[in-house]
Amino acid sequence: MTWLAILAASAVCFAIKLVGHLVPEHWLAEPRVARTAALVTVALLSALVGVQTLTDGRALVLDARLPALAVAGVALALRAPFVVVVAAAALTAGVLRALGMP
Amino acid sequence: MTTDDRRAEVRAAIRQAVSVSVATGLYGVSFGALAVAAGLDLPQTMALSLLMFSGGSQFAFIGVVGTGGAFGAAVATAGLLGVRNGLYGVQVAPLLGARGLRRTVAAQLTIDESTAVGTAHADPQAARAGFWWTGVGVFVLWNAFTVVGALLGDALGDPRRYGLDAAAAAAFLALVWPRLATGPARVVAAVAVVVALAVTPLAPAGIPVLAAAAVAIVLGWRTPAREART
Repeated sequence: MTWLAILAASAVCFAIKLVGHLVPEHWLAEPRVARTAALVTVALLSALVGVQTLTDGRALVLDARLPALAVAGVALALRAPFVVVVAAAALTAGVLRALGMP
Repeated sequence: MTTDDRRAEVRAAIRQAVSVSVATGLYGVSFGALAVAAGLDLPQTMALSLLMFSGGSQFAFIGVVGTGGAFGAAVATAGLLGVRNGLYGVQVAPLLGARGLRRTVAAQLTIDESTAVGTAHADPQAARAGFWWTGVGVFVLWNAFTVVGALLGDALGDPRRYGLDAAAAAAFLALVWPRLATGPARVVAAVAVVVALAVTPLAPAGIPVLAAAAVAIVLGWRTPAREART
């Protein structure tokens, strides 16, 4: 039963991924569709930033991730390289947690 | 753009891909450990990372199975959390121009991280390099660390201790950053965050992010083209 569920769920997840790739190109050439698709990606990634910074998946949570993201934002505003932005956020959260912040 | 500029942008995309792959791949340890704790054996845990290959869907699947959830609930939850990958496919397919087997592989590698790195670059060559390097990099490391996690259990400790959860959020912020240059994109980003946070306590995992996408569809469809150029 577990194997069957694993295979069925994986097939569903793959089919969803494939459907996105099979959308006919002439639909996407329509400016309104292209614009909307670009905004959907911005919305999905922005929402992920929000959810990964301020929730535990079920409730809103304030912890070391928020100051870490603020540090990342400052680093981005200063045009720091990508690796520096990510490392600064990890370091901030790691240090704050070592100091006892949740 | 000169040839040197292009090469520099491709290199930048590859560097991003490597950092994202390492940070995300390490999370595979958590997944492996939690899957075994939820009652799956090693081959089952490995099969999920290889075949399902979508972090959100995988964690949700073992969450449902671990709490004795029904077959249908496990499949539906995993599928629901995978819906955004379908939306990503619409955005990355024109960048990749892949056909046949290559398109099938691209589809399996279409996840948050590969889409974020790919779409962060305006130059098509850099966008393709970003997508493929991230997709393959995360796939290899995610699967390798899934095995490590399943075998070692949680001996390595919580990845939160090393701030990896904040690193993931910061990586997505850095990747969406260049796309926030226009007014409409900023409005959509702000509304998306507010909607996702507001829906979080009300709906199961995965829904808040999709609710934010729904808002973007409505705003994108209704905004006049002149203002919404991104």
